[in-house]
Amino acid sequence: MHPAPSVILFSTLSGLGFGLLAFLGFGMPSPTGFMAFIWFAIAYLLAVGGLIASTFHLGHPERALKAFKQWRSSWLSREGICAVAALLVMALYGFGAVFLGANWTLIGVVGAVLSIGTVFTTSMIYTQIKTVPRWHNWTTPVMFLSICIGGGALLSGQVSLATPLLILAGVAQIAHWIFGDKALVNSGTTLATATGLGARGDVRAFEPPHTGTNYLLKEFVYVIARKHALKLRIIAIVLMVVLPVLLLITHSHILAAFAVLSHLVGVFAARWLFFAEAEHVVGLYYGKR
Amino acid sequence: MTTLPTSTAKKLGLVIDLDTCVGCHACVISCKGWNTENYGAPLSDQDPYGENPTGTFLNRVHSYEIQPKEAPAQLIHFPKSCLHCEDAPCVTVCPTGASYKRVEDGIVLVNEQDCIGCGLCAWACPYGAREMDQEEKVMKKCTLCVDRIYNTNLPEEDREPACVRTCPAGARHFGDFADPESNVSILTAERGGMDLMPEMGTKPVNKYLPPRPKDRDRSEDVDILAPFLEPVATEATGFLGWLDKALESMPGSSKGGKN
Ligand code: SF4
Ligand code: SF4
Ligand code: SF4
Repeated sequence: MHPAPSVILFSTLSGLGFGLLAFLGFGMPSPTGFMAFIWFAIAYLLAVGGLIASTFHLGHPERALKAFKQWRSSWLSREGICAVAALLVMALYGFGAVFLGANWTLIGVVGAVLSIGTVFTTSMIYTQIKTVPRWHNWTTPVMFLSICIGGGALLSGQVSLATPLLILAGVAQIAHWIFGDKALVNSGTTLATATGLGARGDVRAFEPPHTGTNYLLKEFVYVIARKHALKLRIIAIVLMVVLPVLLLITHSHILAAFAVLSHLVGVFAARWLFFAEAEHVVGLYYGKR
Repeated sequence: MTTLPTSTAKKLGLVIDLDTCVGCHACVISCKGWNTENYGAPLSDQDPYGENPTGTFLNRVHSYEIQPKEAPAQLIHFPKSCLHCEDAPCVTVCPTGASYKRVEDGIVLVNEQDCIGCGLCAWACPYGAREMDQEEKVMKKCTLCVDRIYNTNLPEEDREPACVRTCPAGARHFGDFADPESNVSILTAERGGMDLMPEMGTKPVNKYLPPRPKDRDRSEDVDILAPFLEPVATEATGFLGWLDKALESMPGSSKGGKN
């Protein structure tokens, strides 16, 4: 799949933003007054910034409101609704904390659940796509959720929680890679089933339908060299989990800020791979898988 | 609208005969022509006369080689367009309801006024049947020529999809699969019409007829006229022989066929 920067930015930034909102909602920490303002400003910048980035890949962003209609069947629609609900409820909670010095626990918990729910709906947009076997399994939501919660713990300064949660996120990410590497083969979809001609002999793509490229090849047939992928995976895991965990041991505020930055860059690299390595079965028709 | 109808009154679709298709791409061109001039946004091209022409097409013809274990290789031309799936994943993922399947005839369409161009439906389609138009930024797909098949302004024989009307080989057939007596149902039953990627669970309406088995292996056949076509003399003699040598010895002539 084509690794579109807008979509990668969205899932990286919003994931972290909603993770932080979830921890704020659960009262970890529970700041009031100006401190609360700072915390909520960071969370909203990340979450809303990501959402705005995601509209850049729409052909008609001016019609985005129409996307709230089909929640009965569409995970993308559910994501939109869940995100708006989470942002509204947490805005109410934030208002109480900033201006009234109040911590309305119930509203906070509802907002936190909605925030985590938003990241879950994002992950389901990918998980439901059967045509990309690498995504179409349980490791996708587990990976998205554990990274959101681990990142949220790190950014909200829950040092004792952050270390085990980040390690968990790392394990989930590696599980996603291990399952993913076998997913296309295990799906049983090949050029033989794609053409229905497999029973007659070996099928080989002889001539493509067009001499140049097209939307399908650009969007779905992105091939990345295995060698580079392995290097990037190592970089992603080190930046996302290993370095932040090591930096947290020092208990220094400055280094904790570096831990957050390193985590963010690591998640960005991992999400780039999430798309770049994903094989869409339509590539089979072009003999590209 | 994005939820799928549980059943449709008709199941309109195509039968594509892989045995007769000659890979002429006429159906590709007639599809592009009709759908550029009619229903919805035109199918745009980018850099059409330049270095890297690309464009939106709703029907494309691949070519595959089959190499059986004990027989000569076969070349199969393979037209591919939307299969108007009964369990269409492209419809259920759509957040706006722009993608829908019609209850009356099962045709899968895009309402371009509602499409936000998110591309998710193209991700969900296993067959590459949807293409985002790079000019209009909306999703385009085969409409089964919905603006021809019911169009009473057209002569009766033209009320079928442009690709079917155009195909010079008779490799494309249009009809109602819900009717067991229809031309397409009978063809499918007689010739073992098959689904593409059945494991994807999309239940395609369009069926593909597999190439007929070759009745015998012709690779060892000898043409009865072959002995008469053997070269009579390997070395030219007489006047021709002299001419050949004379020309050969002239300066500038080459032995390696350089000119
Ligand atoms: S072929 Fe693709 S676009 Fe057409 S109905 Fe099936 S899934 Fe949808
Ligand atoms: S590209 Fe258009 S038709 Fe396709 S899922 Fe998005 S809104 Fe629906
Ligand atoms: S027009 Fe007919 S013969 Fe030519 S490529 Fe299309 S289906 Fe095949």
